[in-house]
Amino acid sequence: MTRKQRRLTLIGAAGLVLALAAGLVLFALNDQIVFFYSPTDVAGKDLTAGTRIRLGGLVEEGSLEKGDGGAVSFAIIDAQNRLAVRYVGILPDLFREGQGVIAEGTLDGEGNFKADNVLAKHDETYMPREVADVLKEQGVWQGEEGSTTQ
Amino acid sequence: MPTTKATAGTAGESAAKPTIIGQLANPTRFLSLTEAVLPWLISLAAACLAVGVYLAFFVAPADYQQGDSVRIMFIHVPAAWLAMFCYSLMAVAALGTLVWRHPLADVAAKAAAPLGAAFTLLALFTGSVWGKPMWGTWWVWDARLTSVLVLFIMYLGLIALWRSFDDPGRAGRVAAILTLVGFINIPIIKFSVDWWNTLHQPASVVRLDGPTIHPTMLWPLLIMAVGFTLSFMALHFGAMRAEIFRRRVRTAQIMIAQQRAPAAASASAVTPVAESAVSGPR
Repeated sequence: MTRKQRRLTLIGAAGLVLALAAGLVLFALNDQIVFFYSPTDVAGKDLTAGTRIRLGGLVEEGSLEKGDGGAVSFAIIDAQNRLAVRYVGILPDLFREGQGVIAEGTLDGEGNFKADNVLAKHDETYMPREVADVLKEQGVWQGEEGSTTQ
Repeated sequence: MPTTKATAGTAGESAAKPTIIGQLANPTRFLSLTEAVLPWLISLAAACLAVGVYLAFFVAPADYQQGDSVRIMFIHVPAAWLAMFCYSLMAVAALGTLVWRHPLADVAAKAAAPLGAAFTLLALFTGSVWGKPMWGTWWVWDARLTSVLVLFIMYLGLIALWRSFDDPGRAGRVAAILTLVGFINIPIIKFSVDWWNTLHQPASVVRLDGPTIHPTMLWPLLIMAVGFTLSFMALHFGAMRAEIFRRRVRTAQIMIAQQRAPAAASASAVTPVAESAVSGPR
């Protein structure tokens, strides 16, 4: 082996070890790195009331109710589960029924979620308004509204 | 040729290497080549950016959800791509420094670092400005945003590292090691949105099942990306030229100092290989 080949092998081996170490660390920290839990995650976790979490999913169709003084209630759903959310404050522009959202707050004892911050999640689809309207008319819409595969 | 000088003792291998790379990597030839290419590159980049900005801000339609805020994406996405491309380029150059000990590789990496930092900052800033109206927040600590912030800090750390050594040869080797270690972050940035759930949306353009972005918006984006890449190349060549000249000036200064004070010069810690190789044949 020449010096160059030796150096290349050394760097390759070091890179492999480093990648493996980083992979293991990230895998171990998976629960901390995820930005939010889905309602199913929450149901499976048996969290104590008062633990701060972020809850993410779709706003259930027909669940949004607006009360006095900016109080709103809605439900966040995924494919299997749903969680009722109460929130007082300003909702982001993209917030609407069927939209992916992330609510930050705590669980109370009765299976309700009290949010103190609500973020709208944007998906990876970009298209002009006219195209979105045509797709909806034709019934081939695969956007956020009506989708439950979040 | 400096290549053979830099790898003294392994001359047989240098001869076996493709000569095109060897010729391009000669600093003097690089200087004369870029001198001819740069004006064209700058005009092409400017033209491409002008067309791209026009398409992005006046022709491309508003998004069905985001409205006109979608136009931020035409800056944000190319900046983020370039931020990652620049680091990947530095990682390849780091291999050139460590394995082949080629001095032009270190010049390329050192000149790229501030550009990468600038593109990363631009991506972070435009993302933040977009995030406030769309998500409802300037910043969150999700995997994508955090890993890009780490990239920005890596760039700053590397710039500082290059400056903290007097000897460019040593600085280059230490920075190359850190560059390669930090390269682990690039796949993490790219796949962060797939491996973990994040607030940031998944990829729209570079994905297995094809772009999820309408052609009327994809084309302006791609033209902007080409414009950004050409601008990066022009800036990078310019910065590399400046760095080569800077090192030649340094070598000349050391030579003058050695002539004036021969006794003191023998104590100065200069790596002769790196110095003479960058200076090239005159």
